[in-house]
Amino acid sequence: MHPVLKLVSQRLALGILLLFSASVLIFVGTQILPGDVAQSILGQSATPEALANLRAELGLNDPPMTRYFNWLYAALHGDLGTALTNGQDIATSMGRRLGNTLFLAFWAAVISVPLAIFLGLLAVRYRDRWPDKLISGVTLASISIPEFLIGYLVVYFVAVKLGWFSSVAMINDGMSLLEKLNAIALPVFVLVLVVLAHMMRMTRAAILNVMQSAYIETAELKGLSSFNVIFRHAFPNAISPIVNVVMLNLAYLVVGVVVVEVVFVYPGMGQYLVDHVAKRDVPVVQACGLVFAGVYIGLNMIADIVSILANPRLRHPK
Amino acid sequence: MNDQIEFLKARVGAGKMTRREFVGRVGALGVTAAAANTMLASAVQAAGPVKGGTLKIGSVGGESTNSLDPALAASQVPFHNLYQFGETLVNVEADGSLQNRLAEVVESTADAKTWTFKIRSGVDFHNGKALTAQDVLRTMERHSNEESKSGALGILRGIESMKAEGDTFSLTLATPNADLPYLMADYHLMIQPDGGFENPAAGVGTGAYMLEVDEPGVRHLWKKNPNYWDSSLGHVDEVEILAINDSTARMAALQSGQVHVVNRVDPKVAGLLGRAPGISVKNVGGPGHYVFIMHVDTAPFDNNDLRMALKYAINRQEMVDKILRGYGSVGNDMPINASYPLFDETIPQREYDPEKAAAHYKASGHDGSPIVLRVADGAFPGAVDAAALFQQSAKAAGIPLEIKREPNDGYWSEVWNKQPFCASYWGGRPVQDQMYSTAYLSTADWNDTRFKNADFDAKLLAARAELDTTKRKAMYSELGMMVRDEGGLICPMFNDYVDGVSDKVQGWIKDPTGDLMSGKVSQKVWLA
Repeated sequence: MHPVLKLVSQRLALGILLLFSASVLIFVGTQILPGDVAQSILGQSATPEALANLRAELGLNDPPMTRYFNWLYAALHGDLGTALTNGQDIATSMGRRLGNTLFLAFWAAVISVPLAIFLGLLAVRYRDRWPDKLISGVTLASISIPEFLIGYLVVYFVAVKLGWFSSVAMINDGMSLLEKLNAIALPVFVLVLVVLAHMMRMTRAAILNVMQSAYIETAELKGLSSFNVIFRHAFPNAISPIVNVVMLNLAYLVVGVVVVEVVFVYPGMGQYLVDHVAKRDVPVVQACGLVFAGVYIGLNMIADIVSILANPRLRHPK
Repeated sequence: MNDQIEFLKARVGAGKMTRREFVGRVGALGVTAAAANTMLASAVQAAGPVKGGTLKIGSVGGESTNSLDPALAASQVPFHNLYQFGETLVNVEADGSLQNRLAEVVESTADAKTWTFKIRSGVDFHNGKALTAQDVLRTMERHSNEESKSGALGILRGIESMKAEGDTFSLTLATPNADLPYLMADYHLMIQPDGGFENPAAGVGTGAYMLEVDEPGVRHLWKKNPNYWDSSLGHVDEVEILAINDSTARMAALQSGQVHVVNRVDPKVAGLLGRAPGISVKNVGGPGHYVFIMHVDTAPFDNNDLRMALKYAINRQEMVDKILRGYGSVGNDMPINASYPLFDETIPQREYDPEKAAAHYKASGHDGSPIVLRVADGAFPGAVDAAALFQQSAKAAGIPLEIKREPNDGYWSEVWNKQPFCASYWGGRPVQDQMYSTAYLSTADWNDTRFKNADFDAKLLAARAELDTTKRKAMYSELGMMVRDEGGLICPMFNDYVDGVSDKVQGWIKDPTGDLMSGKVSQKVWLA
């Protein structure tokens, strides 16, 4: 069997195992939290009878083990069930939210990944001179400011004062692509600022590392232009750490942007998950947890495969 | 000159002149632009409602877990959604009076035990079915039967029997209640076809707006019901309710013109927001109050001297100034204020008095160990700060308070109504009887101060059946004094409802029973 195929199948099996353990952990976690879904739905205005009736209706009186295995059985058959709180079909409502999250993450990635790599290359080319310092300074500053603060600043200056873009990034099916892009302009801008520094710094460090090698000196002595040396000769050998950090940031863009979602009122997965955790809606929390775990495992697997493919020594082991 | 201005105003009102022309013409008469705009607003207002447009509402309290089932509504967005599609038998108006909605006539027997509601004819549900007394009966059954999980279950518990005959719905109570129609105005009791048994979350009612888009926790779009029976309400074509939970995001949405109205303006920014162009802040005092509650059956709070010591040790005015920034009024250790009918204005106001507090504290014989007060920001906005103020003012009286911060998450299930001394919030009720029956009657589920007083219970039931308002007022005054001097409630302040409203919105009414005109904003306002 080809080593890459073997690795992928090993990783897939491990990933599935991980998903199982994640679902157990999430379930146990939601059981430990104080209060249950019935109490959370009815809130302060819950009467004991109403609580008892709701618990019975939602099947909360079954033992936890039974509830977990019932859920697992249904999930393995492709049925994520319905939300305990409002009875909506989880697959449909989560699908819409996931679509929104991926839409936002996609556009943030399309801008930030090439920009980060390009800025990284530029920083290496002008190492220790003012462009390098400027790029590092600006990106480090933007990653150091909490994202909600950047969000509020952007909302105040761009949306309220200048009125260029909308402060409420609410998108819906009735909007054209252009309208949607206009609506998400500000959150995309904030996300780009947040993920830029990490990727750019890693690109710069990885390439600088390679630049010490003898073959780079050879390339320089051949008389190649310095940008050509960096892009053609150094970059391919620095790809593996760069891909790793890019994938980590992509995962962040999918699973970690709840704060940006709240500031810009964006209907993504983060807010959806938080709402359901607050209400102890276990089936939805489970479904979201599986999707998030799946995204992490998947993106990390891609990163590993790409680094193997990029490295001839790993690609053709002796 | 006045004649000329009146003439110009009439022309604007009739739509024959634009705003720009109007400001120019009255400017020529020596009126400043700012004054001209105010005149314009009143001219447009006087001309009556304009039809059309989309009213956009930015509201706090919308979660992805929300349902349109009226029985489960417990936060702001579901509450406002109910008033788009649904209607109750009667409504409590802004001035506290009752207005008949789906009931055409409300009558009771002389003993206030049996109540009859004649159901309005010619009203259709959004699904085309005609409204009948049977639908009303089924709705009440769904909220009060044995499987009910409704927030209205508590208030319907006193009903002994109900029946629907022809076009009347009637019910008989176990004990007389002169305030029963007020209970029927509860927002959970939206009349649904066949009581909503089949699909409670369908969003189908008789209201002015019909469901178009339902995305819980994101947005809800409502379209005008072309067959709505009351042509004097529902002026806009569409209502869009956006769930914007983050306070800053909500204010930004109002300022950048993406919504017309927002609720729950933070008192800290209300002053700034009010100065922003094209926006006004509307606040109205209501029955909602921020409280610290003690369990009167648990040591050390079972000692009335200790309770009195704590009541005298809180600086109410300071709380109104610092926590509410003046958007509210001081409380008097009873759950009732002037927003209730039959309120007795002559009850003396309790003031901060460290000396009296110290004397009561000494008389209580408390061992001097710190008294634990549990608090979370989720209890009410600024609760943690309020507790710190309380700690300081109590310290001045020699009473040691220890503040224990609890997580917001699970506060209502783990701390409130469980721990003996904590911060809490009450939204208030339309009438005194309902407020006392909900939280101060011995048998009440939400008796969160464990106040159990047979004398109080007997008086409350007697007041409920009393039809003579003078006598009733005296009885409520007595009940209030009992809670004030013996109860476990420390009520430092009644909070205002503070809404932010764009100048484009006309016809705003101050309604003290809830935010955004108590849910009726979309029925009554229009867009200029």
